Order: sequence, then structure tokens, then C-alpha cells
Amino acid sequence: MSIWINESSKVLVQGITGGQGTFHATRMTEYGTDVVGGVTPGKGGQVVDLPGRSVPVYDTMGQAVSETDADVSVIYVPARFAAAAIVEAADAFNETKGEGLIVCITEGIPTLDMIRCVGHISEMPGIRLIGPNCPGIITPGENGGCKVGIMPGYIHAKGRIGIISKSGTLTYEAVAQTMSVGEGQTTCIGIGGDPISGTGFIDCLAAFEEDPETEAVVMIGEIGGTAEEDAAAWAADNFSKPIVGFVAGATAPPGKRMGHAGAIISGGKGTADEKFSAFEKAGIHIARDPSKIGEVLVSVLIEAGLREP
Amino acid sequence: MSREGVNIHEYQGKALFREEGVAVQEGVHCTTVDQALEAYDSLGSKVVAVKSQIHAGGRGKGSLYCPDTGDLQMEGGVKIALSRDEVETYSKNILGNILVTKQSGPEGKMVNNLYIEAGCEIAHEYYLALLVDREEDAILVMASTEGGVDIEEVAETTPQAIHKAWTDSSGKLSAGADSAMADSLGLTGVSKDSFKKMLGSLVSMFVSRDCSMIEINPLVKAGDGAMIALDSKISFDDNASYRHPWRADMRDMSEEEEVEIRANKSGLSYVKLDGNIGCLVNGAGLAMASMDVIKLYGGEPANFLDIGGGANKESITTAFGIILEDPNVEGILVNIFGGIIRCDMVARSIIDASREVGLSVPLVVRFSGTNHEEGRHVLEESSLEVTTVGTLADGAKAIVAATVGVDA
Repeated sequence: MSIWINESSKVLVQGITGGQGTFHATRMTEYGTDVVGGVTPGKGGQVVDLPGRSVPVYDTMGQAVSETDADVSVIYVPARFAAAAIVEAADAFNETKGEGLIVCITEGIPTLDMIRCVGHISEMPGIRLIGPNCPGIITPGENGGCKVGIMPGYIHAKGRIGIISKSGTLTYEAVAQTMSVGEGQTTCIGIGGDPISGTGFIDCLAAFEEDPETEAVVMIGEIGGTAEEDAAAWAADNFSKPIVGFVAGATAPPGKRMGHAGAIISGGKGTADEKFSAFEKAGIHIARDPSKIGEVLVSVLIEAGLREP
Repeated sequence: MSREGVNIHEYQGKALFREEGVAVQEGVHCTTVDQALEAYDSLGSKVVAVKSQIHAGGRGKGSLYCPDTGDLQMEGGVKIALSRDEVETYSKNILGNILVTKQSGPEGKMVNNLYIEAGCEIAHEYYLALLVDREEDAILVMASTEGGVDIEEVAETTPQAIHKAWTDSSGKLSAGADSAMADSLGLTGVSKDSFKKMLGSLVSMFVSRDCSMIEINPLVKAGDGAMIALDSKISFDDNASYRHPWRADMRDMSEEEEVEIRANKSGLSYVKLDGNIGCLVNGAGLAMASMDVIKLYGGEPANFLDIGGGANKESITTAFGIILEDPNVEGILVNIFGGIIRCDMVARSIIDASREVGLSVPLVVRFSGTNHEEGRHVLEESSLEVTTVGTLADGAKAIVAATVGVDA
């Protein structure tokens, strides 16, 4: 089992004829993802050659979803067109199937565009958005798996740990940490570090709670906002599995933005210390050094009786 | 790529307010004492405010220092002048001096711009702000009767004194939200109407100009009951700058860190810090985590530097150059988790860059992910003096040990 995507998920690529789109569609296919087509306005009718298959390009998401019966769309279009691409995907999935997963990799989307987008999707209970400005989502399989995004697939392996993270390469670090102690992953989700985004920590935790294969979760936050504190409070009451947590940005000075648009301590709020304390208060096992996530995870799994000492 | 928001000066914000129909006092932007005196004459108001223009809050309670001697010039970066002579004195004490405020950092900021604004009879001071609420996915309007003071303190001590309303996802307040907010501030008659008009203009301006924050502290009720924005603090969402070309004219380069702009042009995201260990990392989260781990093992990071997903030899060379420009740097930790970026490419770039910039401080490199073994091999085969490690913790320990050695 896994959450939201698995080896039978059919995936569309919005922006498939662009440099990034073609590159990542190729990598995703190599990993085992069932890429069934793509969308680029004005290039409908063309085909794109991917490893072992050629897939059709459509002008619109409406056509693409009807023709391919896809479950998932991943967006690699430039920032100024990305919000419209999300809305188009949401409408197409909603009208055709009543459900669908949209993963937006693009970074640099204007905040007010995202407010409109997230508002639009909130009216559609079957539609889920992950991102923007994120590495995507991956469910490693027995042979390959389903990778929807830009993460290096080969660092993952099928297993029992769920991973949720606001940042890209730090997610890979968390994956490598689980691997260093012989643990694989059910599903790993990069939710992105923008101020306004789709799926948050709580949505992911709720799904991992329901997934019988996920035995524990690694949760990676960063400074800014209160999403980590809210998730910790929610988890204390609603999440029964062990969580290992890390928050990046303990050394970041207030008022300075650390790369991600959301990673800024403003008005003294959103510090790493506050988030670590919220984690501890909620019974989340913290690793102050991300190189120790693996160690902490093992001890937590043993403590929970899930592994032999 | 992200700069730290896009901020503008008060006088620029008030020019926008005028265009958008938000009531402000008459005022003139000046850069010399003579201009300030002319402004005083032209405003025809006996009482004027002489206001330092810098991109930091807390100006009123700040202190001005002479840049050459460091001597205190004047307390208060915003002064009420009751005569032409006072305008002259205050302007002289402000222009060309360094203003240090709670928000400016201890080094303060040189004041090159002044705003002379007509005085205003004040019946009461309020606080009004619009900002993006990331938890509610909406624009949040916050207002309080406790204006003119530190709003963060109000939020801490009397949160019930702050009234809130949210827009819908299209950026509109619900019908009656403006009236309700006016009522909760105790505004009636002319003041209520004036507040509602102002709030409407501010919300539509927030959306049409892609703001990330508008703060008015204080918003005042004048003697005749009209509501007037006596201050303006505006910042814009940089991601939307492409659709607002007019912003380019408002940019004050003297308010920005030159090195951060230069880094940005090469696709790097750089923030200078106070420590002695330079870091070069791919990814913002991993870059922050690398700083944290350096600190955890007893060191102090000299910078945040994310080389981004599209890094190449040129940008990595630029990154090394920028790190080494900081005279405090006594060692560098490189931490790369290869994904699309290949560690062997980074290794070759490091070798080239170190030759080009004349690397003379200890270097510790941690590679993980795509082609990490090849990357390590390339470094070890080279003549470069470099310590390679397998984990971030080992990297931090090694660079901290190496820089302690430099100190001793």
C-alpha cells in the first residue's frame, strides 16, 4: 500500500514538450511511472518519445483526461502559466472523473495566483494539489514504482516509512537516512515551501494514519508560518504511529528570507525552536541533527515494538 | 529566485495611495536640506513632519549617527517641526547620517531620502494592515484601536484588541465586513464612511498590485473625522514583478545588499551571516540544515547559499568567489545531495573554481546522491587540498575542527 499514487497510477505531464517536461517525463518513465500522455497548448497531435513508449500530446487537459483516463497530472510549465495549468487540470479531472491528483513542480508562482487556485480547488472535494515549488511525490515499488516529480528515484526503496517534507534536497537527505538504517518508504511527499500551497502536513498525516503499510513517519519542516505547530497539535490527538521530526532554520536570522518564499521568521513567529518544542510537546521524536534521523527512527521503531532490538 | 520581498519607501507608498484613492496628507520627497525648506514653504502648513526614508520600521524611536565620527546626531528619525528653522535643523541631522532602529540591524542605514509632510490634527491613532495569511489561504485585514505603537506587543498582550477579516480567494471582503470592522474600531458617521472607502481601495490595490503586505501605523482619525494614512509600509510579491514593470523605478539599490543581487543574477540565493564557516549547498532546506548542523557542532555559519537546481561551473565559481569575498570566512563546507545535479560535475567545478579564485582556506566536501562516488574520486585524484566526508554531521565536525585550527 501507499498513499495517493501507486504503480498503476496513470500520469499526464503538463508542459511535456518543454525542456524540463521532456527531461522529467523520461526520468519518470525510466523509474516505472505509467506516463500516458502530455499537454502543451498548440502542440496537440504530436507524440513524445519516452523510454519504451511514445505518448500523445494534447492541446487541453480536458481532452487528455477523457482520452487517457489519467489519475494524476504533473506540471512543469513556467511560473506565469502554472496557476492556469493547475486550474485547467482541476477542472478536467473534476468534470471527467470527479477526482484527480495534481502535482505542481514549478517555483516562483505569484502568491495571489495561488490563493485563487487553492480557493478554486477547495470547491472540489475529489481534487488534491501537491505543491507548488516542490520535488513531487514518489511511491517506490517492488520493481520500479511510481515517481511523479524531480527526485532521484534510485535513492528510494519500497518499505514501511512515510516521509513528508517542505524542502527538496532535505527530503532526499531524509530518504537516505531511512535507507542508512535499512528502512524503505511507503510514499514520500514534498509539499513545498511556498506561503500558499495545496496539500499540507495534516493531509499527509491523515492519509498515512489510514495506510496500513506505513508504520512510522519522518516529518521535515522549516522556519516560517505555523504549519508545523498545527500539524503537531493535530497529530497529538489523531495520529497513532510514531513520528520523527526535524525543522531546518534554527540558525536563520529573523527578517531574512532563506531561499524559499515561505522560509522567513517575521514578527518573532515561526522559529525553529518554537517548532521543535511543539513537536516535543506532541510526542514527536526530534532529531536536531538531520544526520541522526535514521538513528532516532530505529530507536523509535524498537520502542514501539515494530522492530527487534 | 527570491530576493527578500520588494520593499518601497514611505513616500513612494503614499504616491501609490494617492493614485488608489487612499487618503494621505500632502507631502514632498526631498534629498537635500534646501529642497526640504522649499517643501516647507510650499506646503503652507505651519507644522510639518520631517521623516527619514529607509526600508526599516521603528524610525521614530531610532537614533541618527554621523557616518564619519560615529557620534550621536539626533534621537528620533521622525520629527515634528514647528518652524522653518526646525525643518532645517532636523533635515541636516537626518540627511547623510546613519539611522539605527530596532529593525535596521546594529549597523543602521544611511538616510538619503526625506519626506516632508503637512501636519495633521490627530483625534485618535489606529493600526491597519493587510497581509497574506498562509494558514487561511487568503488576504487578512487586521485593525486595532491601539495605533502608533508596536503592534506585535499588542498582539502579545491584548490579542482581543486586534480585529480580523479575511477576503475570499478572489480577493474580496464579504459584504458588510468593512462596516463590521469600522464598528469594532468604534468608528461612526464620517469616520466610518471614510474608513470603508479606504479599506475598499486598499483591498483592491493589494490585489491589482500584487502586494505581500500593506501596513499603516498609524492610521489616524483627523480633527474633522476623516481617516488618513499617516504612514505607509508596502512590500510586493517578487514572483509577480514580471507583470508590474513600474516597480523597477521604485527600487532603491542602496537599500539592497549588492552581493545578494549579484548572487541572484547567477541563479544563487545568498544571505550573509556573521560566522566564519562558508557553506555551499544545493537546496534551500538543506542549506539551512547545513548551517544548523555547523552550529550544533560548535561552529558559526558565515552565510546561507543555495546554488539552486540549475547550477553549473560558472555559477559554482561565482558562488566560491562570493563566499571568499567575506573576510571572516576561514573554511568552507560544501554539501551536495545530487539529484539532477551530478556530484562529479560539482567536483570538477570546485577544482576549477578553487584555481580561479585562489582558494586558501580549508575545504570540506560532502557528496551524496547522483554520482557521489565519482565526485569524491575526482576530488581525491586532484591536487586540491580537500577533506571528503560521507555525512553532513562528519562534514560539520571536520570543518569546525579545521577552522578552530586556523584560529589557534
